[in-house]
Amino acid sequence: MRQIGIIVIGTSLGGMHALSVLLGALPPDFDPPIAAVQHRYRFSNESLPAYLRTKSKLPVVDVDDKLFIRPRHVYLAPADYHLLVERGSFDLSKDPAVKYSRPSIDVLFESAADAYRAQCVGVLLTGSNDDGAQGLVRIKKQGGFVIVEDPASAEAPEMPQSGIDTAQVDRILPLERIGPYLVELWRQSRT
Amino acid sequence: MSQAAFNPAAEQEKLDLEMVEIHLLTEGIYRHYGFDFRDYSLPSMRRRIWKRVYAEGLSTISALQEKVLHDSGCMERLLLDLSINTTAMFRDPTFYLAFRNKVVPILRTYPFVRIWHAGCSTGEEVWSMAMLLTEEGIYNRCRIYATDINEAVLQKAKDGIFPIASMQENTSNYISAGGKDTFSEYYTARYDYAIFRPSLRENIVFAQHNLVTDASFNQFNVIFCRNVLIYFNNALQERVQQLFLNSLDNFGILGLGRKESIRFTSVADSYEEIDAEERLYRRVR
Ligand SMILES: C[S@@+](CC[C@H](N)C(=O)[O-])C[C@H]1O[C@@H](n2cnc3c(N)ncnc32)[C@H](O)[C@@H]1O
Repeated sequence: MRQIGIIVIGTSLGGMHALSVLLGALPPDFDPPIAAVQHRYRFSNESLPAYLRTKSKLPVVDVDDKLFIRPRHVYLAPADYHLLVERGSFDLSKDPAVKYSRPSIDVLFESAADAYRAQCVGVLLTGSNDDGAQGLVRIKKQGGFVIVEDPASAEAPEMPQSGIDTAQVDRILPLERIGPYLVELWRQSRT
Repeated sequence: MSQAAFNPAAEQEKLDLEMVEIHLLTEGIYRHYGFDFRDYSLPSMRRRIWKRVYAEGLSTISALQEKVLHDSGCMERLLLDLSINTTAMFRDPTFYLAFRNKVVPILRTYPFVRIWHAGCSTGEEVWSMAMLLTEEGIYNRCRIYATDINEAVLQKAKDGIFPIASMQENTSNYISAGGKDTFSEYYTARYDYAIFRPSLRENIVFAQHNLVTDASFNQFNVIFCRNVLIYFNNALQERVQQLFLNSLDNFGILGLGRKESIRFTSVADSYEEIDAEERLYRRVR
């Protein structure tokens, strides 16, 4: 079965709610590390991690440069930095915005795809632009697995829709099904 | 699942090959041009290099290597991709506020203060510091050393002329950073530019310094190195942190970028936190 090295999640408009539903569905012993980009405003405070901490049974961490990636943790891209993945640790950058966004979902997905290849699982949720679609393509190209929120159930359908239009998607699921599905993938990976 | 076409062994080989190509490219650039990117952080390097590969109409990193080595124009374009110089006055205002409230009182007790801004880019943070120290009444006792690897940005830093378009953001940062005067009195507007008061520059020395290859050049009471270390890999960060430790007086202050930390280096135990959130540390051993 597919080993899961990392799960990367991207979302923008409506993402705070979507992330809280997805993360809330994961048990405290859910091993695969999770890294998420939610488009945040440049001067936004730390309210996103604080809010998600109230919803998630896994510890939620705002990433520092070179932080080690550990199992059973949820990692968030800090405001105004790109979040990149290297095997085993994170990397931040102040490189220019991609698709008008920093953090950018494409940047996270592409780096995770390159670092974890077939062990990378990408999840694209609600959002109002097309950031993330190219990242999904890269994850597929490196042999990873890709899940997109059903645009019909998404608060903002543009982002998942552009993912579906651009990449070869493995599963399209309504928001409430995504957490449980990840748990299923993970359980299978251990057998 | 459409796994049929996917061959993990072949993909692994491709990635290993990519690593070899990046290694050869940075080694070639170092030997031929002297720019040392060999220990810059891999994921960001990979992104920037591929961006240049496509922009040059090429399809492999090896092809870029050939072009870069034979065409200095191409090297210059790549250099621009690899250099991130974005900065702002009073960037992360709460950092300056914490410095004002928690560090300045310490510096007040010193007869003379030496400050190093490593990787100062176009100098906005240096001019900000000169304003802050002036307002706190200790600037005449301070000497600021502002360094960067890049001569072009240093020249701009020296000139102290910044786009007028950035003044709105700078002003609001200045206020959030606890500024005590009127920001617009620090500069004269001329066309699209703001020319800063030359008197602010009196105690600043600008010099080229490469954190990768150059040694320590003085002992300091304060070292700022913000948003530079994120471009380095672990090994290089470790070396540069040693350089800073060796360049800091006992009880000297180290100020890093918002998401940079000494936690993952061997110097962590040499410092205590002055403000954990703002990444202000004090050398204690
Ligand atoms: C993003 S800017 C940071 C500017 C400023 N410190 C700030 O926080 O706003 C990064 C700077 O680091 C400089 N830099 C990169 N590598 C360097 C090196 N090896 N030695 C010295 N400076 C370097 C770059 O030229 C660039 O100006």
